[in-house]
Amino acid sequence: MTALVETPVRSAGDVVARGRRRRAVRRAAVIAVMLALVVVLYVVSLVYGNTVYSLGEVWDVIRGETVPGASFTVGELRLPRATLAVLAGAAFGVGGVTFQTMLRNPLASPDFIGISSGASAAAVFAIITLEMTGTAVSLMAITAALATALVIYVLAFRDGVAGTRLILIGIAVAAMLDSVVSYLMLRAAVWDLQTVMRWLTGSLNNASWDQVRPLALALVVAGPVLLAQARGLTLMQQGDDSASALGIRVERTRLVAIVAAVTLIAFATAAAGPIAFVAFLSGPIAARIIGGGTSLMIPAALVGSLLVLTGDLLGQFAFENRYPVGVITGVLGAPYLVYLLIRTNRSGGSL
Amino acid sequence: MTDAHSLLVERITLGYGDRTVIDDLDLAVPPGRITAIVGANACGKSTLLRAMSRLLAPKGGQVLLDGKALHKLPTKEVARTLGLLPQTPVAPEGIVVGDLVSRGRNPHQRVMSRWTAEDTAAVTEALTMTDTLSLTDRSVDELSGGQRQRVWIAMALAQQTDVLLLDEPTTFLDVSHQVDVLDLLTDLNRSRGTTIVMVLHDLNLAARYADHLVAVRSGRLYAAGDPTEVLTAQTVQDVFGMTSRVVPDPVSGKPLVLPIGRHHAVEGVEV
Repeated sequence: MTALVETPVRSAGDVVARGRRRRAVRRAAVIAVMLALVVVLYVVSLVYGNTVYSLGEVWDVIRGETVPGASFTVGELRLPRATLAVLAGAAFGVGGVTFQTMLRNPLASPDFIGISSGASAAAVFAIITLEMTGTAVSLMAITAALATALVIYVLAFRDGVAGTRLILIGIAVAAMLDSVVSYLMLRAAVWDLQTVMRWLTGSLNNASWDQVRPLALALVVAGPVLLAQARGLTLMQQGDDSASALGIRVERTRLVAIVAAVTLIAFATAAAGPIAFVAFLSGPIAARIIGGGTSLMIPAALVGSLLVLTGDLLGQFAFENRYPVGVITGVLGAPYLVYLLIRTNRSGGSL
Repeated sequence: MTDAHSLLVERITLGYGDRTVIDDLDLAVPPGRITAIVGANACGKSTLLRAMSRLLAPKGGQVLLDGKALHKLPTKEVARTLGLLPQTPVAPEGIVVGDLVSRGRNPHQRVMSRWTAEDTAAVTEALTMTDTLSLTDRSVDELSGGQRQRVWIAMALAQQTDVLLLDEPTTFLDVSHQVDVLDLLTDLNRSRGTTIVMVLHDLNLAARYADHLVAVRSGRLYAAGDPTEVLTAQTVQDVFGMTSRVVPDPVSGKPLVLPIGRHHAVEGVEV
């Protein structure tokens, strides 16, 4: 390749390389800070509570030593709870941002387009009508989430999937499924309501290792699959034609991404309920912090973890009553949704 | 430096659903030259370009890139030889110019490969050629229409393909920017021997900048060849349904189409 402009190329190349380096360093720094915050909040969640244990005691519990009191409170209650918060937040964050990136629309989050609702409705149905418990409920939720995604995809398909149509159909499906949940709740026995509540707003109460394990497995399997699609997905933001011209297999990327993201959302919902707005908020917040044009998956996962950890700490200790985490994230998320709608409306953009 | 890739369209039939848009069309793109495709709205010229860039699978016939069926080649391999600038690509929110242009390097990168000095050189050259180097750190959202179009072209240039297809690269640009873009593509063609195929609306610019002019009428090839031979009053009449006078352009000597219309012709001009 003969360079057309011989002399300035070196210094010009510096401009390009420096810009890249600066943005890469900034990105790494932001991710490191977010990671550090997750660690700090995780530790706080372990240490703080009605009884405050020292870091030493917590560490002993983690190493498997028996510490009177702490072994139960930290080992059986706080540790699974905090771990579930981190994992569920990450799964919601990644799953949400995948859909938002793919459909080029922040409203295309799985909690709006019916995927979380599908999981919830199936779980509530399983608990109340089929009188199932534990793993069976989770399996129902996961199956239903995947089925809902498939139904929405098929209904929205016409010469490919257009973002807006899929979102509107998803919202309708979500409304339908939510009404199923309400109907079942009205018929529920009082003792079931406590369990069912988790499937409405999302909660980490009664978190145990039984819920953490399948979700961790889902993250280990689906996470890397999704990350491998990251480059393709970010290029697809330019439109399918442009991405395809840059060598991306658009349809394949989309299919793999949908399956992996729905799996993550389904497992997270099965473990912690549809924690309100986390899937919706993580992506846009991550985009604002890290800047556009790069893959948002890891930043969104970290933001998701931060949201759930913070929400749960606030819900447990900031008020006189204890609130499930979904109530807190819901209160945080709703104003952002309004802001987003106003802003899109002003800029005259479609959805 | 290019080993002149051949791009052939063989008896291709294209359409969406049941609707046939292009019917049994043959086209040989002259390697190392600039080809412009013209035609009335909805005559299928953009559809043809999409098929030539592997975005649309043909219903019949085939596109051959260096003798091989384009639609059977791996996406990434095609993307190293053949670049495409679609009509309305969307810039991701908040992306800076340098990052957008860098995306053109995607076909040259493997899954986990690192950014190389060669990538930097390609991006720098693309930015320099399109005169957008000073915009490197600016957000694409802030740019004017003309700047933005040059940035998109820079992205396609960073891809360093020997064949470059462009769908109406001058739309939304004022006349001076249109000429800038076409001059830039001519530079590219002359310095690197890049084969260029573009869909253009403006007949006069197409006649001036193209070595090879292709006129499409309702899904079929009407004429193809040297602009001076192809672009006649008869062609304009048949392809666009418009009466006109075609005269030699005093600047370039290429044909210049003067529409006659109903109101402004002076006496003595036969309608």
